[in-house]
Amino acid sequence: MTTSLLAPGLADPSHDAQRLFRDVLDAFSHPGRIVELRDAPAGPGTLSPAAVAFLLTLADRETPLWLEAGLDRQEVRDFLRFHAGAPIVYGREAATLAVIIAGGGDPFAGFPIGTDTYPDRAATLVIEVPSLEAGPLRTWRGPGIDGEVRVAIDGLGNGFWKAWAANHALFPCGVDLVFTSGSRLLALPRSVAVEI
Amino acid sequence: MPDTMPPADADQNGAYNYAYLDEQTKRMIRRAILKAVAVPGYQVPFGGREMPLPYGWGTGGIQVTAAIIGRDDTLKVIDQGADDTTNAVSIRRFFAKVAEVATTTHTAEATIIQTRHRVPETPLTDGQILVFQVPIPEPLRMLEPRETETRTLHALSEYGVMQVSLYESIARHGRIAKTYNYPVMVNGRYIMSPSPIPKFDNPKLDRSPALQLYGAGREKRIYAVPPHTQVKSLDFDDHPFEIETWSECCALCGSTESFLDEMIVDDAGKRLFVCSDTDYCESRR
Repeated sequence: MTTSLLAPGLADPSHDAQRLFRDVLDAFSHPGRIVELRDAPAGPGTLSPAAVAFLLTLADRETPLWLEAGLDRQEVRDFLRFHAGAPIVYGREAATLAVIIAGGGDPFAGFPIGTDTYPDRAATLVIEVPSLEAGPLRTWRGPGIDGEVRVAIDGLGNGFWKAWAANHALFPCGVDLVFTSGSRLLALPRSVAVEI
Repeated sequence: MPDTMPPADADQNGAYNYAYLDEQTKRMIRRAILKAVAVPGYQVPFGGREMPLPYGWGTGGIQVTAAIIGRDDTLKVIDQGADDTTNAVSIRRFFAKVAEVATTTHTAEATIIQTRHRVPETPLTDGQILVFQVPIPEPLRMLEPRETETRTLHALSEYGVMQVSLYESIARHGRIAKTYNYPVMVNGRYIMSPSPIPKFDNPKLDRSPALQLYGAGREKRIYAVPPHTQVKSLDFDDHPFEIETWSECCALCGSTESFLDEMIVDDAGKRLFVCSDTDYCESRR
């Protein structure tokens, strides 16, 4: 590993991680709300700054990380190992965090969904999308949403939302999602139903 | 002695990390909080740490606050509604020192409110976070002492034992006699302990625009109620949930809408009722 090629991480790790976490918490508390992650680091390869910021805020040696093949490059692995210390795993069933590029088939299959007695032991998936606002409008309902909210994430087909309906039906088990684009992010916890 | 003292700067005093907890611990708690928000009312186990005060004094709430607080926050801490009681004062000072954070007693100005056993009278708003100190997070604990068993009951949503206990209360007292720590159903799925707040405060939890985080230090559990989430106090069709009422008003501000504490003011047993929420009471005088 050549450290001279390593992209920089958070400039002020303690305070930056706190500020970024509050943005992420705001997103989780208000599904569908787009939050702008200020000063998100550029990071390596094609990872979006928002995905990088999310991982540097929450990943560490306790969170096995799974990367989609298109993202699983040496510079990305080196970056996440160095700055977060997260072990990179190759089996979905071993992951607590994962980064996925929108558009692939069967996006959630194989990731831990928790158990009836420990639903918290489920993976959180970061899904890189082209846009958070330019796609077809869909209606979201659930905890954190006042009535309903209309969300227009781009780059996801009907198959994706059918898979989400199946995931939501597993509640209280199921995976939680974070959609990232550029330096912006929005969250979709398993508790939220999306109209197809 | 110099004329001016540099401001307290936790980063430079070198003794502790910002907000007391180390970064690894904060990340662990932050991940637990996100899972708690994703599964409203479910108690997420976390690696609770030793804190510089004993269990029962708010160690769970402090750990949650330490994991979320930043230099831009304004913190309010209340104990039974009051800003000026021992527990509230010491926790407020703790964070002023280790997190370089502004503090306030005004509910509307606070971004984070850590509370022991009350919800402020002033309605909370979007963006505020209410952090509860929880002594016993498991609502079924007094009915079923085994953790393995209560965990299964939650998994199966098998809450008959709680309904039976409320029914027995009606059979014995003619009404549901529980007045604090009154169990609630969150989002139609999990029965949750709202911590020992008076049942008077339960309706404020329902569809609140603020985020509610609950931390139990001894039992090492974190749970949450996201904004706009249904929180229903358990009851029966023929014995609907009701909150306390008083025939008196607050002796200091005259409020008839707030939660009142009864005080004995002399040896003859003379009584006085005053608001439990000191900030609310002072703002009305």
